[in-house]
Amino acid sequence: MYGWGIIKTLWMTLYHFAMTYVEDVRSWLLRGKEGTSEGDSIPGVARGERTHGVFTVRYPSERRELPERYRNFPFFVIDAETEQLRCTACGICAQICPVQCIWIERAKEPETGRPRRYPVSYYLDTSQCMTCGFCAEFCPFDAIKMDKDFELASYSRPGFVSAKDLAKPEAYHAAIHPTAYAEEAAKKK
Amino acid sequence: MAHLPLDMPVEVWERLQEHFPGALRPAEPPESGEGEGYPQAKPHRMTHAVSRSLLMSRPRYEGVLVHSRHLLPVLQFLRDELGYVYLSNLTAVDYPEPLEQFPPHIDVVYHLFRLEGGGYVALHVHTTRDGAILPSITPEFPAANLQEREVWDMFGVRFEGHPDLRRLLMWEGFDGFPMRKDWREAYYEQEHKPYRSRFPDGGNPLYAEERTPSHANIRQSRQGLLDNSPPMDDEFGEADRLLYERMLTADQDPDKPLKTEEMILNMGPHHPSTHGVFRMAVRLDGETVRHLEPVFGYLHRNHEKIGERNTWLQNIPYTDRLDYLNGMTNSLAYCLAMEKLLGWPIPERAEYIRIIMSEFSRVVNHMLAAGFFSNELGLYFTGSLYALEERELILDLFEAVSGGRMMFNYMRPGGVAADLPDGWLDQAKRLVHERLPKKVKEMQSFLLDNEILQARSMGVGALSRADAIACGVSGPVLRACGVPYDVRRAEPYGIYERFEFDVVTRQAGDVFARVALRFDEIWQSLKILGQALDQVPAGDIQSHRLSPRMRIPPGETYGRIEAPKGELGFYLVSDGGANPYRYHIRATSLLNLTPLSQLTRGGKIADIVATLGSIDLTMGEVDR
Repeated sequence: MYGWGIIKTLWMTLYHFAMTYVEDVRSWLLRGKEGTSEGDSIPGVARGERTHGVFTVRYPSERRELPERYRNFPFFVIDAETEQLRCTACGICAQICPVQCIWIERAKEPETGRPRRYPVSYYLDTSQCMTCGFCAEFCPFDAIKMDKDFELASYSRPGFVSAKDLAKPEAYHAAIHPTAYAEEAAKKK
Repeated sequence: MAHLPLDMPVEVWERLQEHFPGALRPAEPPESGEGEGYPQAKPHRMTHAVSRSLLMSRPRYEGVLVHSRHLLPVLQFLRDELGYVYLSNLTAVDYPEPLEQFPPHIDVVYHLFRLEGGGYVALHVHTTRDGAILPSITPEFPAANLQEREVWDMFGVRFEGHPDLRRLLMWEGFDGFPMRKDWREAYYEQEHKPYRSRFPDGGNPLYAEERTPSHANIRQSRQGLLDNSPPMDDEFGEADRLLYERMLTADQDPDKPLKTEEMILNMGPHHPSTHGVFRMAVRLDGETVRHLEPVFGYLHRNHEKIGERNTWLQNIPYTDRLDYLNGMTNSLAYCLAMEKLLGWPIPERAEYIRIIMSEFSRVVNHMLAAGFFSNELGLYFTGSLYALEERELILDLFEAVSGGRMMFNYMRPGGVAADLPDGWLDQAKRLVHERLPKKVKEMQSFLLDNEILQARSMGVGALSRADAIACGVSGPVLRACGVPYDVRRAEPYGIYERFEFDVVTRQAGDVFARVALRFDEIWQSLKILGQALDQVPAGDIQSHRLSPRMRIPPGETYGRIEAPKGELGFYLVSDGGANPYRYHIRATSLLNLTPLSQLTRGGKIADIVATLGSIDLTMGEVDR
């Protein structure tokens, strides 16, 4: 029948529309409970394999859970034992950085001029950083990791940020990357 | 001559020798003692400022070297007698220093394929750097049209006999040819990354804009922004003059019965149907399209020049930004091309992961292409948002494994960057076996059964089989014209031979066929995914430990994959250093636009939008 396709299309749209409210009711009934079964959406957030209505996450009141490997700008790890930056100024991150947004000045012994294993200055141009994660991937000392904080809007350009401003304690790294941190700890032993 | 060119079937070489005695020679210098009269020089690297380039003989220089006089006959012979009908890639390489026995030259490369499958035949033609000129092959091979324009634009090789030799990406009047090795951009710091100012002395970090007097990356001829004077009006006028001359003269019908006045309309650069910034100049007779001329370059950032400044590994995140819907397949194509030069094996698990990622990427791309097609026809956002919902779920999988939703940076030469996290496979299986079949079916019926959509797309923008091959379109656009050509079957890469799937085709070649074919392909992709997800073995995901300044043995290669939009190729030339000597992308979206003018001619203006949507392009890849 000519026009049947259009009727089907309209029905599908109506179903989609109605399911949004059905799922709202369902998630309201399930509120407060942990994910009830595999493949279910995050409790209270209508967005998952079982969602048939609208997928909207009502940010900022609702937030989806970020996967462990989610990456934003890099941060520098302050070692829990030494309470110093782990960075040894080896320069690998500055070499691999595709946009070349990392500047490192290596420390030198004042008398002999021999290089020391820590940076005098370390700058990262956050306005250029493309958050590719190469610096964290190639760092042999686990000194640089990718952050998960994405709410960074500001009224001025942050521009060059020194390592000290980007430094975060090891415990923070352990909290946001539990699996990766456990693997690193196992490797060290 | 006993010496056989690299990567060329014996019978092709013999037939060519027979028909063109003395006109050709292998591009690779023969082993010592074999050839007569070739200088026996060792590879030697020069530390010159302009080009730390390869000098002397270079191993693995593929294909045959043809004199420009014989170029067209050889190409025609290959096409008509030997079946190499598909001109896939045409690009150039600049050698500002003498190479082997050749003086400084520009090397123009042609890659041709057979539709029956198999590898390529590469032809090299040399031309001088000053006053570079070559015969155009566009009248015979329409597939070369945009590519010859790009070589003219980027290298300054004038193609004699080209019907419309305008610059493709830069504007008319732009000073210099950016892909030449001695051309330097306004932010120029050093020939190759990593820049010395970064480490170990730290340099003086500065905002990039502060380094140029104009605070903007614009360089113009004679008088421009660099000396802070306003741009000359007539220089911009020049760009438009050539375009409008073309608009007024092309496809004129002297026997038009009514002498109605025609008008030129610019659609874009900002037009919601163009998926980005893309301009189409259209000459209209009432509502009928008489001629259409696409105008490119609004998103041009000279990806290839950036690629030649970068190290090999630094290019991987940049490839994600080409066709930003399919970052996974872009970087896969680049890594496969690198692996061809490196000869690295890939661990079994990584092979499976790669296939899973590229097929998921195909599902995402085709869902979006079909969804946004409904948008193009004025269904507004309903169809595209339904497609985006499934995309969200697949992007969740991508994000869990790579950390990015669009800019994955996941493929690596020799494997992949990270292993699958726990529970990933189960989640993917649930999606592939339970949710996606239902949703794809729903979407398919939503779009294809709709009579309004059928009326708008059937018989519109039809491309014949012969034209499709001659124009060098690829992917779904080619297969919708009844050509069963798919790189996954024609020249299998990875482990595609192990999977059972069909190369689907449609015969009509019109807009509807192209959209419907995408759904057929989604079903095939789901079939592959079902098989691959069940078979993923345990094991390593990376065969080599990568170093930031990885070197690649000297040589050249053209590696290609069946990306969701069509054939995506990377032509890489290595001089043995840590940076690519030449890094060229055969951009699928750009070359699928070759027949656009032909497709829309004679149709109505509203059909332009439908036709463009059915070709499925991403501007990030068109303009590079």
